Amino acid sequence: MDNGRVVKGVQFVDIRDAGDPVVVAKRYDEQGADEITFLDITASHHGRDTTIHMVEAIAEQVFIPLTVGGGIRTVEDIRNMLNAGADKTAINSAAIYNPEFVKEAAEKFGSQCIVIAIDAKKVSGEGEPNKWEIFTHGGRKPTGIDVVEWAVKMTNYGAGEVLLTSMDQDGVKNGFDIELTRAVSEAVNVPVIASGGVGNLQHLADGVTEGKADAVLAASIFHFGEHTVQEAKEHMQSQGIEVRL
Amino acid sequence: MTSKICAVIDYGMGNLHSASKALEHAHTNTQVIVTSDPETILKADHVVLPGVGAMRDCMGEIKRMGVDQVVAEVAKTKPLLGICVGMQALMHHSEENGGVECLKHFDGEVKYFGDNLIETQGTQTGEKLKVPHMGWNQVSQQAHPMWNDIEDNSRFYFVHSYYVNAQNKNQIKGHGHYGKDFAAAIGQDNIFAVQFHPEKSHTAGLQLLKNFLEWDGQA
Repeated sequence: MDNGRVVKGVQFVDIRDAGDPVVVAKRYDEQGADEITFLDITASHHGRDTTIHMVEAIAEQVFIPLTVGGGIRTVEDIRNMLNAGADKTAINSAAIYNPEFVKEAAEKFGSQCIVIAIDAKKVSGEGEPNKWEIFTHGGRKPTGIDVVEWAVKMTNYGAGEVLLTSMDQDGVKNGFDIELTRAVSEAVNVPVIASGGVGNLQHLADGVTEGKADAVLAASIFHFGEHTVQEAKEHMQSQGIEVRL
Repeated sequence: MTSKICAVIDYGMGNLHSASKALEHAHTNTQVIVTSDPETILKADHVVLPGVGAMRDCMGEIKRMGVDQVVAEVAKTKPLLGICVGMQALMHHSEENGGVECLKHFDGEVKYFGDNLIETQGTQTGEKLKVPHMGWNQVSQQAHPMWNDIEDNSRFYFVHSYYVNAQNKNQIKGHGHYGKDFAAAIGQDNIFAVQFHPEKSHTAGLQLLKNFLEWDGQA
C-alpha cells in the first residue's frame, strides 16, 4: 500500500432501528466504522429532545465523524445538533420546500457540516434514458425534481456531501442502484455516500468500484449481526479498495 | 498527581464540542476549558488552537479578539496544538479568499488543492479527485513525541480544501498525499499542528491528543 493515499471505501453505518443507538454506535465504532449516520425517522417535535440527548450520549463515546439527519428544518435545528456533538447534519425535505435553506446553512456553518440527503426513485421506463426523481413522504409523493440536477444544484448551494438513497433498492438487498450512484457521483464535485440495497459485502465493494461512490452506507447487514464492519472492510480491501483497517 | 488545565481557544469559529470531549476522553486527568479569555488561556498548561471555516473569517476573529497576541505569548513557552484551520492560521499566509496574512509562526503558505486535482501516484493514477478532500488518509511520520504509540502510516480523518506547503521541510512532522504531497503535521519546539482532525480520528487521534496532554513541549 502506498503512503498517504486516500481511502475511498469509507464505511458508514445507519443506526436508525437497531436498539439502543448509543450501544450500537459504540459497537460499530469498536468494529472500525469510519463514520456514523444517525437518522431520526420519527423526528417529531415531541421527540427532538430525546434525539438531542441521544446525540450527546453518542458523541461522548464515539470519536469518528457523526452525521445526524431527520427533521432538520431550521438553522436552530442544525445548531442544536452541532452543539450536541454532531459533526454534520443531513437536510432532506426542508431543502425541497426551501432550497435557500441549504445555502443559508452552508454559509452559517460551513459546507463541511451540511449534507444533502436525497431519496431517489427511477422514473424512466425500459429502454428509455435513465431518469430519477425525488420522492418525499416515504416514497409516496413525487416532486417532479430530477435527482442529478438537484444534486448539482444543492452542492452549488454549498452542501458538502450527498447522502443518496435509492428508494427502489432500499430494503430489497439487491445491491445499490449502481447507475444512479455513478450518475450523481460523476455530476458533483463533493463526496457521495451510496445508500439503500446492500444485502452482502460484494454490494459494498460494487458501490465504490462501479458506482464510483466515495463512501458506502449499510444498515441491516450490520444491525442483524450478519457481518461486522471489520469483515466488510476486509472484503473491500480484497477488491483493491483502500480502507482503514 | 495534580490535574492539569488545557485551554481550547474559542474565537467563535465553529463547534468546539468534539475537540473538548475528545481531549477529556484522551486524558481524564486534564481539565479542559473552552475559552476566549486571555488570562485563562495564559494560565493553562496546554493550549489548543482549533478552527473551521474560511481563513479570512478566522483571521478576522483572531485579530478582533486579540487571539493573535495570546497565541504569540503561548508559543513562547507552552505546548500548543493547532488543528485544521488552526494549523493553517499558524503559517505565513494563505491564498484563500484572495489572500490572507496569517500568524507567521511557520514559514510557508496555505494553498488551494485546485479545481482540477488529478491523482499522480498509486492505484488511482489519472483519476480526478474531489475537493474538499474528505476522508481517512495515511500520515507518514517524522520522529516526534506526538507520535508516541501511534503506528507509522496510521490513518487520520481530513476535511480540507487548502493545504500547508511548509517552506522549512525539517518542520514537516507528518507527510500526507492527496493528488499532491502536503504537510499533514508540522512542528517546531513547543508548537505542533495537524491538518487532520485528531478528535475525529478514532484511536490514533485519541492517542495523539493524549500524547499532546502529556507532552512537555520538548521536540
